[in-house]
Amino acid sequence: MANYSTNEFRSGLKLMLDGDPCSILENEFVKPGKGQAFSRVKLRNLKTGRVVEKTFKSGESLEGADVIDMDMQYLYEDGDFWYFMEPDTYEQHQATEQAVGEALKWLSEQDTCVVTLYNGAPLSVVPPNHVELEIVETDPGLRGDTAQGGSKPAKLITGAVVKVPLFLDQGDVVKVDTRTGEYQGRVKE
Amino acid sequence: MADQWQPGITTSSLRYRSELLQKLRNFFYQRQVIEVDVPVLARSTVTDSNVESIKSEVSGGSGYLQTSPEYFMKRLLAAGCDDIFCLGKAFRDAESGRRHNPEFTILEWYRCGWNEHQLMDEVAELITQLTDLSAQEGLSVTKRSYGECFQSVLGVDPHSAELSSLRQLAVTVGSQSWAQESRANCLDLLFSLAVEPQLSDGLVFIYDYPACQAALAQTHLNTHNQLVSRRFEVFFNKMELANGYMELTDAEQQRQRFGKDCDQRRASNKPELAIDEKLMAALDHGLPPCAGVALGVDRLLMQLQGATSIDQVMAFSWPRC
Repeated sequence: MANYSTNEFRSGLKLMLDGDPCSILENEFVKPGKGQAFSRVKLRNLKTGRVVEKTFKSGESLEGADVIDMDMQYLYEDGDFWYFMEPDTYEQHQATEQAVGEALKWLSEQDTCVVTLYNGAPLSVVPPNHVELEIVETDPGLRGDTAQGGSKPAKLITGAVVKVPLFLDQGDVVKVDTRTGEYQGRVKE
Repeated sequence: MADQWQPGITTSSLRYRSELLQKLRNFFYQRQVIEVDVPVLARSTVTDSNVESIKSEVSGGSGYLQTSPEYFMKRLLAAGCDDIFCLGKAFRDAESGRRHNPEFTILEWYRCGWNEHQLMDEVAELITQLTDLSAQEGLSVTKRSYGECFQSVLGVDPHSAELSSLRQLAVTVGSQSWAQESRANCLDLLFSLAVEPQLSDGLVFIYDYPACQAALAQTHLNTHNQLVSRRFEVFFNKMELANGYMELTDAEQQRQRFGKDCDQRRASNKPELAIDEKLMAALDHGLPPCAGVALGVDRLLMQLQGATSIDQVMAFSWPRC
């Protein structure tokens, strides 16, 4: 991979730091009037998700990370791995549980996800922003209580638990925002 | 880009800027300080290894856009001008960001027979007058020595600490790339990243900078008998605003420091530059005892107006040029 100098740093650039791929979140040019210039950088470690702050001398360079984001279709899981497919080439990639991470509880087969590949292997998976999933377990619905605005926990077919309005029942399909885990609405059959 | 034809500043801020420039001039005219408009383009420039000049071609020879009016002003002082000020443009290459623009407006002035503490008081008077006019309430003004301030945050005496312990601190605060840095560079990193955010709001004067960061200031012994430079910096709401010196008048010492600059440039593969011999000749002739300070006018505007980017206080910042 190419090396990137601090003057090429910009948010979104993927770099190697201490052996891990990182993505730049923020880069600020700092220079005391009579001193050396430096770059103060906030980076997200793409393996751990942790955000770190580092300061580099101006002109210093870091190795780029072989990281790309790609839309892929989720196919299935076999207990050990989760399988994703590139829509154009039909090439399949197997992701570990660690790579799938939080996305696990939202994934249904056929969903299009953003898979981050590092050196060609899935590093992380971002589920679609909105998913529609069936409720498999919740307290019985209270008919006519639609205006009250109370809520109760409901377990979805993928295993996620979200708060839903009281009138919903097992078997209902709901729309959920995966970024916040919040109920967005009921999906009419 | 075509969509950047517009100025970064609003018309009301542009008016504010115009009023500020006038107030700055009035302050000095009232005090019988003479305005000088020295060249921004010259055959030589600063040798400081941390300041890059923009090179140009003039009538077939090299020219440099000046990084401050300092050398020309010192030549005027040596020629017998008394107190002088300059309000104009200065240029520094490779400096661009939220607080930096390669071309900026600088206010620099010299007071003959004054020391750095008298000059700090005058800086405080100037800024206090401006903030009174901009209806900011009770500007706080504090004055602290570099050593005390640094030690209160980092628990280390910056003047006497071993280089190895400063490097260790710098690695913790910055990154591994500071493990082999010079004393001056480690101190700069630590002060910028660890100390500056802890400064109080309002005006903070930091004086008696480390001897290794003297630049063009005299050195003396502080109350703890440590060699320090008679240099000060002014911070306005934690942002570096101005830099001043009890000016070094010893030509021989100055030549040695410039020589060190040149060595440093060579060591870090930066373009080599010749020492400004006209300035040296003026120093040989004799610079009167004086204190001088340079202040970033755009940054002053940022603080007076609560702007978050220098682009909001100048008509056209570099990305728009």
